[in-house]
Amino acid sequence: MASFHFELVSPDKLLFNGEAEDVLVPGTEGDFVVLRDHAPVMTSLRPGIVDIGEAQGKHTRLFVRGGFADVSAAGLILLAETAIPVDELSAERLGGEIKDAEEDLADATEDQKRLAQEKLDRLKELKDALKI
Amino acid sequence: MPSLKDLRNRIASVKSTQKITKAMQMVAVAKLRRAQAAAEAARPYAERIETVLTNLAGGAVDGAQGPKLLTGTGAQQTHLLLVCTGERGLCGAFNTSIVRLAREKANALIAQGKTIKIICVGKKGYDQLRRTFEKQIIDLVDLRAVRTLGYANAQPIAKKVLDLFEAGEFDVCTLFYARFKSVIAQIPTAQQLIPPEFEKSDENAPTYDYEPEEGEILAQLLPSAVAVRIYRALLENMASFYGSQMSAMDNATRNAGEMIKKLTQRYNRTRQAMITKELIEIISGAEAL
Repeated sequence: MASFHFELVSPDKLLFNGEAEDVLVPGTEGDFVVLRDHAPVMTSLRPGIVDIGEAQGKHTRLFVRGGFADVSAAGLILLAETAIPVDELSAERLGGEIKDAEEDLADATEDQKRLAQEKLDRLKELKDALKI
Repeated sequence: MPSLKDLRNRIASVKSTQKITKAMQMVAVAKLRRAQAAAEAARPYAERIETVLTNLAGGAVDGAQGPKLLTGTGAQQTHLLLVCTGERGLCGAFNTSIVRLAREKANALIAQGKTIKIICVGKKGYDQLRRTFEKQIIDLVDLRAVRTLGYANAQPIAKKVLDLFEAGEFDVCTLFYARFKSVIAQIPTAQQLIPPEFEKSDENAPTYDYEPEEGEILAQLLPSAVAVRIYRALLENMASFYGSQMSAMDNATRNAGEMIKKLTQRYNRTRQAMITKELIEIISGAEAL
C-alpha cells in the first residue's frame, strides 16, 4: 500500500513523524481514515483514538484530546492539545480528563454548553470502550 | 590595615561565595539543557499551528468579516502588555532588559495618549514595574511553584487574556519575553499577540474542505494559537533565564577567584612583613646586648 507523510504533534513534543499507510482520525463530525492522496481537509478533533497504520501492518494507537487535523498535498498533520499513547493511558488519567471536561462544562456559557457536553459524553464513552 | 585574622576571614567568606556561585552555575547549565530541549520540542507544534493559521487566515480575511481575534477590534486605544520575566534574580540583566523594553513601549504609548494595562508573568518583572506603573498593573501570574513548565501553565494565562479581550478590556495585546538566541545572547522581544501578525505567504493556500465550518474552526484555532504563542514565549524565557544566569554566575565565579587571589597575596605579604619585623626586632635586640 502506498504511504504518505504523517506528523502528530502536541505542544510538548513531536510524537510521530514519518510515513504512514492509513490513519484513523477522530474528527468532530465523525471519524475518518486518511489514505494517500486524500483531498485537502481541515477539521477539528474530538476526544478519541488515533490509529496509525504503518508498513507491515504495524499499528500504533494514541489517545488525543482537542486540536486539529490538516490534510494537504504534503500529507497529514495532527495538532493535538493532548496526546497520550494508549498503552500509557490509565484509568486515573482518563478520570482526570473527565474531571477537566466536567469543570469546563460547569464554566461554559450557554452556546458553548453543547460542545462541552458532547466532549464529556465522548470521554465517558471512551472510558467504557477501553474497559479501564 | 586589616589584621591577618580579618584577611583570613574575608578569604574564607569569598571562597564560600565562590562555591555557591559555582554550584549555581552548574545547576543553571543542567537546567538550561533541559529548557532548551523543551523549547525545541515545542517548536514543531508552534510552527504547524502558524502554518495552519496562515492558510486559514488568508481565506477568512478576504471573505466576510473575520472574527475579532483575527482582525482586531478596529480600535487601537487600549493596549495590554503581557510582560513575561523570571521568578528569580541572580541572572544578570535578564529581567531588567525585558522590563526596560516593556517600559519604553509603555511610555511611548502613554505619550500617544493611549491607555495601557499590564499583566505580569513572573515576580521579578512585577517588582520592577510596580514602581512606575502601579495603577496599570491589573494582574500578576506567579509561576514560582512550577517545576517543569508545561502547556497547562500557559493555558490559564491565555484564558485570562482572552476573557479580557472578550470583555472588551483592550484592543491590542503585546507579549514581552526574551528570545533565546544562544547561551550568551538573549534578545528581549515584543510580539503582537492580538490581533496576530502573520508573514504573508505568497503561495496559494490549497482549497480545503472544512469540517465543521471555516468560521467555527477559526473560532477554536485562534484561542489555542494565543495559548501556543504564550507557551512558546514562556519556554524561550526559561531557556534565556538559565542562559543568562549561567553567564552571570560564571562571571561571579571568576570575579571571586580574582578577589581570592588578590586577598591571598595581601595576606601573604602582611604575614611576611610581620615575620621580617619580628626578626629585625630580635636581631637588633641581640645586637644591643
